[in-house]
Amino acid sequence: MKYAYYPGCSVNGAYGRGYDQSLRFTFGVLGVEFEELDDWNCCGATSYVSVDDLTSYALAARNLALAERDHRDIVAPCAACYLVLNKTRHYISDYPHIGHVVERALGEIGLSYTGQTQVRHPLDILLNEVGIQAIAQKVKKPLRGLQVAPYYGCQIVRPYATFDDQRKPTSMDKLLAACGAKVVNYPEKTECCGASQKGALSEVGLDRILRLLTSAHAQGAQVIATACPLCQFNLECYQEETGNGQPPITMPILFFTQLIALALGASAREIGLDRSIVPVKQVLASKEIAYA
Amino acid sequence: MPEAANPAAAENREAARVGVYVCHCGTNIAGTVDVKSVAEYAAGLPNVVVSREYKYMCSDPGQALIQQDIKEHKLNRIVVASCSPLLHEPTFRRVLDRAGINAFFLQFVNIREHVSWVHTDKEASTAKTRDLVRAAVRRVCLHKPLQKRQVPIDPRVLVVGGGIAGIHAALTMAEAGKEVFLVEREPTIGGHMAMFDKTFPTLDCAACILTPKMTSVGSHPRIKLWTYSEVVSVDGYVGNYKVTVKHKPRYVIDDLCIGCQECIAACVYKDGKTPDEFNQGLSKRKPVYLPFPQAVPQKVVIDPEACIEFKSGKCKKTCVEACGDRHAIDFKQKETFDEIEVGTIILATGFKTFDAKRYPDYGYGRYPEVYTSLEIERLINASGPTGGELTLKNGKKPQSTAIIHCVGSRDHNTNRWCSKVCCMYSLKLAHLVRERTGAEVFNFYLDMRTPGKGYEEFYDRLLDEGVHFVRGLVFEISDFAAHPSEEGKLVLRVEDTLGGFVRRVPVDMVILSVGMEPQADAQDVRRLFNISCATEGWFLERHPKLAPVSTFTEGVYIAGACQGPKDIPESVAQAGAAAAAALALIDAKTVELEPYTASIYEDECCGCKTCVPLCPYGAISFVAEKKKAAVNEVLCKGCGTCVAGCPSGSITQNFFDDAEIFEEIEGVWSHA
Amino acid sequence: MSLERKIKLEAERDHEFADWMARKVGGEKLRHCLQCGLCSGTCPLSLYMDYTPRRLMYLAREGFKAEVLGSLSIWLCTSCYACAMGCPKQINTTEMMYALKRRAIEEKYYPKHFSVPVMAKQFARMVRQSGRITESWLMMRVLMRSSISSLFGMSRLGLRLFRSRRIGFLPEKIHRRGEIARMMDAVEAARKEFSV
Repeated sequence: MKYAYYPGCSVNGAYGRGYDQSLRFTFGVLGVEFEELDDWNCCGATSYVSVDDLTSYALAARNLALAERDHRDIVAPCAACYLVLNKTRHYISDYPHIGHVVERALGEIGLSYTGQTQVRHPLDILLNEVGIQAIAQKVKKPLRGLQVAPYYGCQIVRPYATFDDQRKPTSMDKLLAACGAKVVNYPEKTECCGASQKGALSEVGLDRILRLLTSAHAQGAQVIATACPLCQFNLECYQEETGNGQPPITMPILFFTQLIALALGASAREIGLDRSIVPVKQVLASKEIAYA
Repeated sequence: MPEAANPAAAENREAARVGVYVCHCGTNIAGTVDVKSVAEYAAGLPNVVVSREYKYMCSDPGQALIQQDIKEHKLNRIVVASCSPLLHEPTFRRVLDRAGINAFFLQFVNIREHVSWVHTDKEASTAKTRDLVRAAVRRVCLHKPLQKRQVPIDPRVLVVGGGIAGIHAALTMAEAGKEVFLVEREPTIGGHMAMFDKTFPTLDCAACILTPKMTSVGSHPRIKLWTYSEVVSVDGYVGNYKVTVKHKPRYVIDDLCIGCQECIAACVYKDGKTPDEFNQGLSKRKPVYLPFPQAVPQKVVIDPEACIEFKSGKCKKTCVEACGDRHAIDFKQKETFDEIEVGTIILATGFKTFDAKRYPDYGYGRYPEVYTSLEIERLINASGPTGGELTLKNGKKPQSTAIIHCVGSRDHNTNRWCSKVCCMYSLKLAHLVRERTGAEVFNFYLDMRTPGKGYEEFYDRLLDEGVHFVRGLVFEISDFAAHPSEEGKLVLRVEDTLGGFVRRVPVDMVILSVGMEPQADAQDVRRLFNISCATEGWFLERHPKLAPVSTFTEGVYIAGACQGPKDIPESVAQAGAAAAAALALIDAKTVELEPYTASIYEDECCGCKTCVPLCPYGAISFVAEKKKAAVNEVLCKGCGTCVAGCPSGSITQNFFDDAEIFEEIEGVWSHA
Repeated sequence: MSLERKIKLEAERDHEFADWMARKVGGEKLRHCLQCGLCSGTCPLSLYMDYTPRRLMYLAREGFKAEVLGSLSIWLCTSCYACAMGCPKQINTTEMMYALKRRAIEEKYYPKHFSVPVMAKQFARMVRQSGRITESWLMMRVLMRSSISSLFGMSRLGLRLFRSRRIGFLPEKIHRRGEIARMMDAVEAARKEFSV
């Protein structure tokens, strides 16, 4: 089945490009068919619904309707997009008043959504459609025991985690292990990174980030794998500020797809590793994983 | 069924001589309904010979009036228009009886609860009363003589479940001189109470108060105690139940084993390898075992899944050797069955505890020092795995302990109900933990529910003991230390709602106060005994306030936790109540059944079996040889579902046959 | 030490606030809240809140509108859904927070330059105009309207991002932008028609 690829504004933008590139590479190697959803619009994330709920559902539903017109399921890598699109699906069917309003809005532009199109996450597709075996077979550059802390963040697993456990998920762990990484035990794996709080209330945001970095470091992680562009930003870009009197923790923060793509034979440039704020080359070299 | 099928109808109508009696009921009816004019109107209706109004029909003179009229005017049908039949239908039926005519030649019209108490318009009320009386007169002409059926009650009783409720019920009835069968599926009676150390609020030792009752049961001449047994089939009806009981093989001959336990000591297993069920898996037992020291009966059991002899056939059988001349061990034993006849059944099958694994955030099963309350009871108990020492797995005493209330209760995600006993037992455990270990104790609660006698006073006692009471729902237990003082401890995170801030509380040991749930096989058991379960899975009582131990199936009673979460005093009280209800039935010697039963007109029954599953009481069976359905009149409660459901219209119901109903409807609509 | 007189009068309560909240998605069981505190406990941000989620739900239910809409708590919420998942009464506290945010923005209950609501409004504006978000421009618009000094503070990070080619300035937009406006009009009309 061909998926409608919904990158979302962050993954599509310059910042999250690495996620986009590595996901495309990974799907390409593993034979997952997809095509970017034509003329997709912003899902609204957590911001639009803070201003107007009904409009935000209608906007999100436009994407569902576009995918349904092509008879495709959506694959959404960004955690917020995944949550919002799934939430919209549920609310349209669970709350008649929302269903009616959205129907009107979609009808106005010649679209409709009957609930056929589902919204899935790359973790789900990789684990359940492609399978660990198939991935392991295609591994060209095994990650040689690179110590990775799997950080899921909150919005992939809550509240619509059909493919994994809300509190102790394991899908990313399994995928990374299949690529040869050593997945460390990471108790903070679903604790919120603080989202946009660092920008608004710096101390609050930093506190969350410091906690996540400290825990990963204490568990022996060399790299943290994430599944959300905002988590990646928070963990990577404020490492210097989290010192708090101690020498700051520095470690590369990568998208899990970048690690998988690397293992499947991608070069660093192809998947945006050369654009990391915290340099990756040394860390990879420590396990003799080829960078180029 | 059309009148043609009811041959007596036309004749009945001609021969009917009706007396109509309209009651004033003081001003209850007469205040709104013009009773006099109704009586006058009725006098003019066809078949009506006598029509009267009277101030209080149900009074002695009122009744006498009817009796007199029946004799004098040779009345053979009576219509009484007064209050609700629930109150006085039996009264007037008795009048007809005394006067020598069939009690079911009475039609009772409710013109109080259905008219004068719900309407204010006098003219409309009176008109309505006229309609109702007219309908009743037409209907009563078609009434047929019916007889209440009497069935004898077998005085023997079956009690299912040997916990405190079952034990108490069995003893009560045995003392009343009845023969009792007590069936228990574990190898010993005692139930959950036998596992407890102390009981609230008196802190009586559970075993000390239970074991005398257990031994009484074991030695009572009128109690047949069948342990390691289960009921497999129940047939029949109130007063006449046929029950088949299966006895699981102990591989030990009951009559020969004296409980000396030499076989256990001699077993080739030097140490037990199987998790001990009674000790909640905290210790191991051998394949041959006694569940606990005070077990009744004192007979050992052999577990075929663990015993080498069963698994390989090549054991030295030191147990047999130790048994010596008694020869009580029999590896060839098979399960046996007994068929018994009883008149009444009491179900006291108890409860099970909530599985704490359903809250993964509490780490039960992951962290070794997270326990359920039942596990702690066994640890504290002197006959438990640690001889009564409350220690951590490393042998040290805990310096701090947390007790979490409401685990698996009051939660829409798991069980909605409050399990009633957990606050009290959490307080009890708090007291015992402090007493045994001197540890600092934290009770995390949502509300403190202490409604029983002496319960609030028990709470007062705990308040004096310096236990920390923190109001908040603990949302996570982890071993992550955020501060040096938390190293090596389990940290609970909770919002202290009364203090108004989130807290981290490090402790050595956590006790989860798990709630009560219906037994896993409650649905299967209730089907076996033909009773219902409520939505939550507890056995359904006839009325939650006024009939808590009766069920909708006559002769089957429920007692104890199987009816809903409750503590020991309530279980005992319910057991006594169930015993009393059973005894009342038995002492009456017979039970009268209302004749509103359905019956099948065989000639028209086409054997489609539509009616069979419709009956909520299991009263319809399919007779294969005749290819027709048949109604067991004793089980039938006259609900009418099968009558309505039969596609060929071949089921009819006494007192509610089609002719009678249509006549009543016509009576209401026609304006004479 | 200063004295503060704390007493709440019935006249201060908004008697319809609870009904309003209970009508929102996820608020069906609001009145069943037994104040267990699980939401506050699991909330990663509750330690900074003036009113923890539990207390906020209670105040909302009792109609203390000013306290609730004026609180910092609603802006601290990051929608991690931990509270909604654990609630024993199945109250969706996260959705309650969204409802409170919307109302606070509508009734202007926050300091003018507070960046969290400013961000929400600028985000919505950008989506309405272009159909998609260009992060660089969004950040700049938000910072200019909330705290210009942070804009300069962020410049170092901005430079690093620019050098690593992690920042783009080309505005993202969808082709059929007109559809956004039409959908929004349809939503307004439907809102009136269905009285929601």
